[in-house]
Amino acid sequence: MEKLKTIDDLKNLRKQISDHTFLPDVPRVRLCSGTACTATGAPKVLSAIEEEAAKRGITLDVVKTGCQGLCQKGPVMKVEPEGIFYQKVKPEHARSIMSYTVAGGIPFRQSLYRNNILEEPIPEMTNVPFYKKQLRIALRNNGLIDPRKIYHYIAVGGYKALEKALGSMSPDDVLAEVDRANLRGRGGAGFPAGKKWKHSKGASGKIKFVIANGDEGDPGAFMDRSVMEGDPHSLFEGMLLCAYAIGAEYGMIYVRHEYPLAVKNLGIAIKQAEELGLLGKNILGSGLNFTIDIREGAGAFVCGESTALVASIEGERGFPRPRPPRLSEHGGGAWGYPSNLNNIETYACVPPIVEKGADWFLGIGTKNSPGTKVFALTGKVVNTGLVEVPMGITLREIIYDIGGGIMNGKKFKAVQTGGPSGGCIPEEHLDLPVDFDSLAKVGSMMGSGGMVVMDEDNCMVDVAKYFLSFCQSESCGKCPPCRIGTYQMLEILERITTGKGEEGDIERLEKLGKLVKEGALCGLGNSAPNPVLTTIRYFRHEYEEHIRDKYCQAKACSGLGVFRIEHDECFLCGLCKQACAFDAVKETKDSFFIDQDYCTKCKACYNACPIGAVKVEKKRKTPEKQEVV
Amino acid sequence: MKVEELNVDEKIGHVKDVLTEDQKKRGVLIHAFQSIQKEHNYLPEDVLKALAKKLDIPLAEVYSTASFYKHFYFKPRGRNVVCVCTGTACHVRGASKVLEKIEESFGIKPGETTPDLSMTLETVGCVGCCGLAPVATVNDEIIGDLNPKKAGEVIKMVEGK
Repeated sequence: MEKLKTIDDLKNLRKQISDHTFLPDVPRVRLCSGTACTATGAPKVLSAIEEEAAKRGITLDVVKTGCQGLCQKGPVMKVEPEGIFYQKVKPEHARSIMSYTVAGGIPFRQSLYRNNILEEPIPEMTNVPFYKKQLRIALRNNGLIDPRKIYHYIAVGGYKALEKALGSMSPDDVLAEVDRANLRGRGGAGFPAGKKWKHSKGASGKIKFVIANGDEGDPGAFMDRSVMEGDPHSLFEGMLLCAYAIGAEYGMIYVRHEYPLAVKNLGIAIKQAEELGLLGKNILGSGLNFTIDIREGAGAFVCGESTALVASIEGERGFPRPRPPRLSEHGGGAWGYPSNLNNIETYACVPPIVEKGADWFLGIGTKNSPGTKVFALTGKVVNTGLVEVPMGITLREIIYDIGGGIMNGKKFKAVQTGGPSGGCIPEEHLDLPVDFDSLAKVGSMMGSGGMVVMDEDNCMVDVAKYFLSFCQSESCGKCPPCRIGTYQMLEILERITTGKGEEGDIERLEKLGKLVKEGALCGLGNSAPNPVLTTIRYFRHEYEEHIRDKYCQAKACSGLGVFRIEHDECFLCGLCKQACAFDAVKETKDSFFIDQDYCTKCKACYNACPIGAVKVEKKRKTPEKQEVV
Repeated sequence: MKVEELNVDEKIGHVKDVLTEDQKKRGVLIHAFQSIQKEHNYLPEDVLKALAKKLDIPLAEVYSTASFYKHFYFKPRGRNVVCVCTGTACHVRGASKVLEKIEESFGIKPGETTPDLSMTLETVGCVGCCGLAPVATVNDEIIGDLNPKKAGEVIKMVEGK
């Protein structure tokens, strides 16, 4: 690769590449090689396809793309020029797909997507319900290009925004454009990126940092991973534009060590960008100097908090620091240098804004939250995966139209947004248009975009306990409200879910939750009580049921309820008797029954019964003694 | 990685131009831990001592930093590492049952290693494969759509190695 010295060099290179990359009439397979599809066998499919193509002497353009979104049905791939979408592809399908689609131009029915087995398959990717309502900005190149090839990125219009900025815009113009677009931080809090950039620009000192936060620790969230893995150059371009706007020379990407593929792809991409002269000194002859280093995390959730992340970059324990000084101020950032820290997805949104203008971006989404948001849709929905939708779409559309509804025809109970710091939203708010403000209004938050759907089998108290135990174990221990408060709250929840709850526990939880929220030093503690507080707000009756009736509707908590065998349903297989470790299941000549004196409510019999004849019921209230008149 | 071969300037990357010697040494600490752990599977005491000397950082502070991060270990680990994801998506799809089954089969709890050093069992917050929940990884290879029955496959994989 030859170094590009001027903006025209880049333009010429793009022209050259476009002449022989992604030509419309060449047969092409775009195979997803993201983490999930790799796990379900994409590499084997790849070699089968390549082998098959070689055998037939067909020149087939195989593109190993980043995550295409529909992880549940992996490995997925798209065959062009017909644009046919295949899911759950197996190596043995390679032959048929070659014969039918690549050679014959018709779909191979077995591997097509179907809503259910009774319905007609849907051949075109654009008609699959999962993709129909999506609009991709941050993920625009995922599924299109090979992240390990910088030429692919340039061919689809990559670094065009940089070209435009360096060629015809001043740093202030770039900043003004991003500010006007009202791009809000995709990491969770939704602080406008333009404002943040202004602060950093205004900070004193010559040396400044641009930091990208890829420490995506929220369980159930993987949008940043997909960008880093599938389109690293759009992240670099966003960071470059930021560096140009605020006058920074050093960039840093902080990645979780749990994402080895992301670390690898970022490393390859940085090397390629440096070779082409898109990173380094005097980029494209403009005088802009910018380098990027990768910092790997080491498994601490709190390091996603900006001040803790900086501490970790400096090689310290990942303790959050009190603010002010803010990161963007002198003395606040990495090694005291003013630093602009944004989320990966935020940076990935910047190039299209600069290229197409703020007005284009303002035309998408809602008034106060323009643009799109990537959600990791998981939990008990039919189609799990990564979706990017315009802001303002309703939760119902996301869960039912894109996600395909609840698994196994169960009933929807709640959706949890924002990871451990967010809240649970009940059915009554399903028609809520999703944006930063509306979610905050109902007590949850956008968070980084995790969206976990729960059905009637999930106990809300158990879910609250789960999230709180996550925050409790990830609390760094620096400030007492978070360290001790979450511990105490967890103890109360533990008591409630094991049937030892007392009157007044709910109020105690609420009081403690408020204290932790107000007293904690950083974002982790400030938001740790959210899942508990929102579940109390919307599902108070479940808490009450646990405490007063010692009963769990969802039958998820052990140690609650009364166990009984329904004789009409029981077919006397005896598995419950075998499963019981306490000999509480007794046998008579023609029936089984549970001796309540021995039963420890461990749920072994309930889980063992193949037909669900073991019932967990509310304890019957013992009739009060009648007074003798 | 040999501690003597650690090149501070190279590891810290481009930012070396604006940092003092002390900042650089401190800044490579986590990098160094990662390289050491890659080689030894854990952080042995004598290597950490050598590192403390080389970087001129008190041993107590080296330990203080390393012990903060969940990813670093001070005890030898098994030849195989089974990591069960207990992230939200896996949790609601029944990760705890999978974990129980594996715990039972090997007689160890998360964070422990079998006495013959054949296997270490761990849990992780999220591996980002929520689409395949519940998920476990065996030596970084991801196995999805688990259930207690399929957990047997994981067990067999470990025993086969």
